[in-house]
Amino acid sequence: MQRELNLVQALNEALDLLLTDDDKVLLLGQDIGKNGGVFRVTENLFNKFGDRRVVDTPLSEAGIVGCGIGMALNGLKPIAEIEFFGFIYPALEQILSHLSRLRMRTQGKYKVPLIIRAPYGAGVRAPELHSESIEALLFQSPGLKVVIPSNSYDAKGLLIAASESEDPVIFLEPMKIYRSIRHHVPEHRYTVPLGKANVLKEGSDITVISWGSMIWNVAHAAEQLEKSHGISLEIVDLRTLYPFDIETIQESIRKTRRAVIVHEAPLTGGVGAELVAVIQERMFSELRSPIKRITGFDVPVPQFSIEDYYLPSAERIVYEIEKMLVSLVR
Amino acid sequence: MENKQLVQILNLDGSLSNGNIVINEKLAIEMYKLLVINRVFDRKLVNMQRKGQIGTYASFEGQEASQVGSAMSLLEQDWMFPTYRDHAAMLTFGYEMVKIIWYWMGRIEGCIPPNHRNILPPYVPIATQIPQATGAAWASKYKNHDACSLVYFGDGATSEGDFHEGLNMASVFKAPVVFFCQNNGYAISVPYSRQTASETIAQKAIAYGMDNVRIDGNDVFAVYLTTKNALEAARSGKGPTLIEAVTYRYGPHTTADDASRYRSTEEGEAWKSRDPILRLEAYLSRQGLLNQDEQGSVYREAELLVNDGIKYALSIPKADPNIMFENVLSEKPWNVQEQESNFNRFMQRSSSIEFTEG
Repeated sequence: MQRELNLVQALNEALDLLLTDDDKVLLLGQDIGKNGGVFRVTENLFNKFGDRRVVDTPLSEAGIVGCGIGMALNGLKPIAEIEFFGFIYPALEQILSHLSRLRMRTQGKYKVPLIIRAPYGAGVRAPELHSESIEALLFQSPGLKVVIPSNSYDAKGLLIAASESEDPVIFLEPMKIYRSIRHHVPEHRYTVPLGKANVLKEGSDITVISWGSMIWNVAHAAEQLEKSHGISLEIVDLRTLYPFDIETIQESIRKTRRAVIVHEAPLTGGVGAELVAVIQERMFSELRSPIKRITGFDVPVPQFSIEDYYLPSAERIVYEIEKMLVSLVR
Repeated sequence: MENKQLVQILNLDGSLSNGNIVINEKLAIEMYKLLVINRVFDRKLVNMQRKGQIGTYASFEGQEASQVGSAMSLLEQDWMFPTYRDHAAMLTFGYEMVKIIWYWMGRIEGCIPPNHRNILPPYVPIATQIPQATGAAWASKYKNHDACSLVYFGDGATSEGDFHEGLNMASVFKAPVVFFCQNNGYAISVPYSRQTASETIAQKAIAYGMDNVRIDGNDVFAVYLTTKNALEAARSGKGPTLIEAVTYRYGPHTTADDASRYRSTEEGEAWKSRDPILRLEAYLSRQGLLNQDEQGSVYREAELLVNDGIKYALSIPKADPNIMFENVLSEKPWNVQEQESNFNRFMQRSSSIEFTEG
């Protein structure tokens, strides 16, 4: 039987391999050592590699990222963990003013191959401000790659690919599916290329582009729509948000001629807005209907008692797609 | 200047405060030449701004001893993290003069560090270089590489979060880094008293469990020896030091600022009696190492050197706009490729288009 791992296990295995294979790799973050990370992604790595390689840092986001940049300038390949994506703000100046620009400013004399990992998104009943999805902020900052896996196979392969890249990578881990989704993950070292989307499910009627934990809401919606209306969705898992894979998107829409984008971040100014713009610029005449966005609302992520209503659930995705089709029939 | 005790070696009259200190003659002459070159350079750049040859410029006149003295104490393998006012430090450690001029001409060429020296391009957002210097130093330690970081910042930077995070991390991990604060009394217009209620900047290190020294930043000997000691301590595993060099910028914050709105002429004049170059001149002539003729020739040589640098800098061909598309990521993504080729078609169609550079 093939071995199945959840996301946490797959990421742990990827970090273990990276630490084993290259002494230049080290981990920085809060509670990642003895505690193994608040989500246990770094479990046992402290025991195995010691506190030179797996470093519990002060509670200091700008310090962690700033030190990570300095280490990367000086030839190391640090992997920093920000405990929750919503706590990254003190480090944004480091990220936006330096991490994303030092390669350009020095015309390649310095490379800054820092990876910043962070648990991302809503849906785990976390206290407020733990559930942010501000990927659009980093998506609009040239000089960074932004990666969000939706499953354990990709999580391992993308993290290893990120470490092999010369570029800074923001690696966002959807915490809602840290343990709930299991897939086959080979034990050996492999990569999933950055910048390549994955067609998770082939279909003929509508292309749905999504990422992170929303992929699984889309998959449930696809089952329901297939059953109730015989509508066939093609699901494109973007995996890398920047730079995103325009070819796979176009190829899919050329076939379905309809597109829907699902993300949990707010609607206005979200990554979905950019996808809509690019798709219509290139494929206006091939589209059979306006492109639909199904997203979080333009409000702060609410307290957890109502977070499920904020997120685009499978039910809401079904409802919105049905509405879209009805308006077309009329 | 505050009364709090300062480490001072070179008295205002050119005598030494401590008879036991021996200063190497060659070193003293070398310091003098560098101070003069940097003052001449700085004044000429202010003039270039007035003539429209460069953009806004941040002058460092008055702070030469702090920058030259500290940078002279570095070893080749060390790392320097400068701000936009630390050209004298950069030039001293080996950043090409022409590149500093290009930097203020708005050219990317001014940001590219020299080969064989780790000098980062000037940091603009205040204090952000501090945690990075800690990280670079920590990496040297991690690799068992005998290199330190020297990071520059001003009094204003000590109010930023990154100052705290960078110093705290350095102390916790005993990173071999020297934090060099040039306290010139003003962050643009905001005086020291509005920046902090701490009597000194040096004392802030105590909270981090870090060694600290407060020095006369216009005394090149004190700067050099203090920084050298701090670097040696860092190199031998004793961890970081915070140095507060008390100094004064003679000019405004930048050429776009008018310092008379917030500083008195008397204050500036009082500082000129502590001038780093005059003091070293007094020392050198007392020692019989510099006469009027020699002094003149140091200035003439500096003029020639800087004029050559300026001439070369101004001879640079017009900037190629396509450079903006380069080196953003290791490979140009499809969107940037498309935008660039579209831009190229636009430029071909509109070949007469030429924007001014200044």
